[in-house]
Amino acid sequence: MESINKELKVSALENGTVLDHMPAEIVYKALDILNLKGIDNQITIGINLNSKLYGKKGIIKIADRFFEDEELNKLALIAPNATVNVIRNFKVVEKKKLVMPEKIEGIARCMNPKCITNHQPVRTRFTVMDENGEISLLCHYCEKRSDIKSLF
Amino acid sequence: MNKSLISIQDFSKDEILHILEVAKEFEKNRTSRILEGKVIACIFFEPSTRTRLSFETAVNRLGAKVIGFSDASNTSVSKGETLKDTIKMVSNYVDMIIMRHPLEGSSRYASEISSVPVVNAGDGANQHPSQTLLDLYSIMQTQGRLDGLTIDMVGDLKYGRTTHSLLQAMSLFNPEFVFTAPEELKMPGEYKDFLKDRGIKYSETTSLEEYLDVCDILYMTRVQQERFTDPMEYEKVKGVYRLHASMLSGVKENMKILHPLPRVSEIDQDVDDTPHAYYFKQAENGLYVRMAIISYLLGYR
Repeated sequence: MESINKELKVSALENGTVLDHMPAEIVYKALDILNLKGIDNQITIGINLNSKLYGKKGIIKIADRFFEDEELNKLALIAPNATVNVIRNFKVVEKKKLVMPEKIEGIARCMNPKCITNHQPVRTRFTVMDENGEISLLCHYCEKRSDIKSLF
Repeated sequence: MNKSLISIQDFSKDEILHILEVAKEFEKNRTSRILEGKVIACIFFEPSTRTRLSFETAVNRLGAKVIGFSDASNTSVSKGETLKDTIKMVSNYVDMIIMRHPLEGSSRYASEISSVPVVNAGDGANQHPSQTLLDLYSIMQTQGRLDGLTIDMVGDLKYGRTTHSLLQAMSLFNPEFVFTAPEELKMPGEYKDFLKDRGIKYSETTSLEEYLDVCDILYMTRVQQERFTDPMEYEKVKGVYRLHASMLSGVKENMKILHPLPRVSEIDQDVDDTPHAYYFKQAENGLYVRMAIISYLLGYR
């Protein structure tokens, strides 16, 4: 019966990428950061799934889509502990950890209301500052720091 | 790639010292027509008297011609033209762009679009590197050195971009700092962290008198109303410090008072006639330093 197979339908991925162990609340933002909104691939999203690590975790499965490390690493800004499983022919062929990027472009807004990037069509550029796990973004243009909340 | 001057940190210590040496040359010889035939744009999207006149004088004394505007309201900017288009257009006409703009980061952005060097003459509350270089020049000319000096910064240390840039530049020269400011306008933590990382000593006080007799440079600043978003906060702190000649009896003989000008009430007029006042000469130094910046970036010095 279709209804009995529901769980299988959600978990099984023939080919694609699984992003796991994300904080539940960042799942929507992760779709933004990875430019997944509006694409044609089949995407399965889980929010508030039970997890030993977080209590509640988020998961995203994207069928027939594989990412460059550089693309995925942007996710480290909001989900540093997320894991990436690459699936081929129903098998996990690669597990990856995210690496915090040194610079990011076009994915965060500067918090400084007087920054040029908030007034003119300028693509934002930031240097990622990591001070004892405390992540902030230094604007390439106005030289002010934005905290990571500016991503949300 | 063209060399632009956007932030004081774009220049190495050697480049800073080179600019100061070249400025000395121009102080001895104020007219030096080495840029004959060049055209330089001074585009000021926000009014400024001192900085614009000083840059335009520098261009003229180097023999180049100036085009530009001193207020964006009569230009295509008021028709909604983007900064990108303005800069693209202007950079096709000229050999260098000197710009001031109220938005922070605008000069960095312009330098990425422009095909000619850009000099930042102030981008909002962010950077104003020619001011920093003329401050360094003034310190060197009055003290005979930059190394090992005690600098007391007074006034608005929270919003004052001149003090932030001067702090970054002076940190190359083994200084000691004093930060004199009311609670509301204290030096931001990120700049104090910058000093801590480099092992540079600093003290903080709310009293103008406390370190007056031990500093070599007293760097006074105006509390700038235009930088405040909350008018109540401004009312609380305006006029918090007033320096009078009578307070200077115990200061070091070599101590000089600097101020980026314009001043309001923070330095009384009776200080002007003391041997410690240097702020008018400091403003004059801006001319020589700007001549040095322009000729260096264009490859003539």
